[in-house]
Amino acid sequence: MILSRPGISCQQLVELVTAYVEGTLPRRQRRRFDAHIAWCEGCSGYVAQMRETIRLTGRLDQDSLDPVARDRLLHAFQGWTAEA
Amino acid sequence: MSPLSPFFRARPDSHSEAEEERRLLEGLRAGDQAAFATLLDRHGAAMLRVARMYVRDRAAAEEVVQETWLAVLQGIERFEGRSSVKTWLFRILANRAKTRGVREARSSPFSALAEAAEGEPAVEPERFHRRGHPEAGGWDAPPRPWETLPEERLLSQETLRLVSEAIEALPPTQREVIRLRDVEGWSAEEVCAALDLTDGNQRVLLHRARSRVRDALEDYLGAAA
Repeated sequence: MILSRPGISCQQLVELVTAYVEGTLPRRQRRRFDAHIAWCEGCSGYVAQMRETIRLTGRLDQDSLDPVARDRLLHAFQGWTAEA
Repeated sequence: MSPLSPFFRARPDSHSEAEEERRLLEGLRAGDQAAFATLLDRHGAAMLRVARMYVRDRAAAEEVVQETWLAVLQGIERFEGRSSVKTWLFRILANRAKTRGVREARSSPFSALAEAAEGEPAVEPERFHRRGHPEAGGWDAPPRPWETLPEERLLSQETLRLVSEAIEALPPTQREVIRLRDVEGWSAEEVCAALDLTDGNQRVLLHRARSRVRDALEDYLGAAA
């Protein structure tokens, strides 16, 4: 990769990806980031992989409350509302 | 990405969800057990996991969850609808869990964990040119693109299992942050409130977690490409 540009290196960029996709990078840093990925294939590929990672994670099933704990809470609820 | 993919999972949009939760809260006020069961199925698992982050063991976490629901029932009149029911619920939970954690002399180590995570690189340093090299800090071994992989492979049960296992292998705080943010779709603000994290610490933990999951995916997808 060419690195004669001012601004951020690839190694620095990979540490800023989360702030970048979260939209919390300060404007100046964001511009540098955008400029970097515009010419750096490795980093634009890396950002794409991070986005893909987020997408795949979003496909996982949310876990559900285990039935024993659920029953205990439902039972407790009956007790609370009976007292009221 | 087609929304008709068999793996597509609909998420209720946040506005209608907030509306519905208010109706459920009304039900709760009236002692409606079905309304309670619905809220429990929606938030119970995350409540237990979040509580567990603060206290010694699973039994203590369950007690915190019970106390939280009782506090919700008793305080229902005070819910003003300025925040979502979820935010309100987890704020009460975090307060209870924190109090309990302090009593157990288990002060929440979240910020220390975030600091530790900050030192770890997202990508192994060996993959970049070293200092002294004309392209120091630039990729030596850049990632291979995944765009060429078929969608069926990316979304296969096997790939998703790998993602799930990579998350399971994370340190607890990182694991919980990525679950809440990326599996359950919480906002950064909601996670900060529930886990008593600063915005910066939340981001560091999320960054570490996502980076590790990406790394695991790269190993897996790259090896088989």
